[in-house]
Amino acid sequence: MQTAARAINWNRLDDEKDLEVWNRLTVNFWLPEKVPLSNDVQSWATLRPAERELTIRVFTGLTLLDTVQNTVGAPSMMPDAITPHEEAVLSNIAFMEAVHARSYSSIFSTLCLTKEVDEAFRWAEENPHLQAKARLILEEYKAGSDPLKRKIASVFLESFLFYSGFYLPMYWSSRAKLTNTADLIRLIIRDEAVHGYYIGYKFQRALERESEERRAELKDFAFSLMFELYDIEQRYTAELYDGIGLTEDVKAFLHYNANKALQNLGYEALFPPQVCEVNPAILAALSPDSENHDFFSGSGSSYVIGKAVATEDEDWDF
Amino acid sequence: MGWDGPGDAPPCGLVYYSSASGNTARFVARLGLPALRIPIRPTDPMPVVDVPFVLICPTYADGQGRGAVPKAVIHFLNDPRRRSHLRGVIGAGNRNFGATFALAGRVIAEKCKVPVLWRFELAGTDTDIQKVRTGLHQFRGLECLTA
Repeated sequence: MQTAARAINWNRLDDEKDLEVWNRLTVNFWLPEKVPLSNDVQSWATLRPAERELTIRVFTGLTLLDTVQNTVGAPSMMPDAITPHEEAVLSNIAFMEAVHARSYSSIFSTLCLTKEVDEAFRWAEENPHLQAKARLILEEYKAGSDPLKRKIASVFLESFLFYSGFYLPMYWSSRAKLTNTADLIRLIIRDEAVHGYYIGYKFQRALERESEERRAELKDFAFSLMFELYDIEQRYTAELYDGIGLTEDVKAFLHYNANKALQNLGYEALFPPQVCEVNPAILAALSPDSENHDFFSGSGSSYVIGKAVATEDEDWDF
Repeated sequence: MGWDGPGDAPPCGLVYYSSASGNTARFVARLGLPALRIPIRPTDPMPVVDVPFVLICPTYADGQGRGAVPKAVIHFLNDPRRRSHLRGVIGAGNRNFGATFALAGRVIAEKCKVPVLWRFELAGTDTDIQKVRTGLHQFRGLECLTA
């Protein structure tokens, strides 16, 4: 017996979140051409050779993860989709990962010499830490593996593994260097945040239908995968950042993001607050003009009533 | 669910919105304070609020900041009586959204002329929980007397 081919009907939703996320992702669509990367040429020239090499390597590592998510990760989750709309969202996610991977090459062609870039791509293929983390994730993406473990791996890639790399352009931006490149990276960070949120949400919905025993198994799996990935990440971080003395600073950023990745899955934090104190300059680079409001302790800009109102008038009747 | 204000203090409460992803709901559960939830489905009844309250609201803005405040929260605040009891707002979000981080808190503060009391990411950290618990306790004493 043949099953009928089915057309997707966006006017019949099983899960409102699918449309909400589809709208968010499509409205946020962008291409690297819209960012004036060439304005960073002068700034690039002020970096020392070792800093340039580090930056190219970091971006090559990020390209590798985006490539994995584009060609393997997002497509591997499509057969697990519960709704047809979820498949459509995943196809958007897959494509945007291709845009992200492509963007790093735009940065390279604007700022770097072909020889330097070729060297970095060779480095990426040979770097044991980078290869180890890709391998751990790809293992879960294999056909026939557990669909929920695949979602866990995917959220860890989107919400944790990128951050040892994202740190560097935020750091340069905090020192007024490569600011256009940082603008492009912020667009990537914004997309990855939606991806991690959505896949984490789908994971939580699926978890509701699982037995207690199975939930415990998945939680154990998530925390032990996080431990394994963190172990690799700290080595990777040390290898990259020891040379400019930033390893400890990057590690605080890793802890902070590991906790956020776990929250996307609905789990509690793993790292205690004292090891998650991210350098305020990095947080400011991440979310510019959104300084910390601490009304309760009366410090900072207390009794701040926001100025930047962006809302549709028809949303508010009063 | 009714308010149960602490001891002799005047009743003052918490109202929150959380979408199906449940981040804000998890934050509120960890706070351990009585709170009323604004329903996700427009057909469900709005909570009855006749005492001063603090609103906890997540952000759903696009890249330009549009649509930051969930429709259900706008619907809730459009009622002048409910709105008159609003004393402060706590915004939730994700710093990865850049300048629009916790934007809903700022938009509501501006519209309703109340302060942004605190902001947190996703389901909040232990530090956020502590800060908000202590802060709300003090804030109740200050603000709820002026109801």
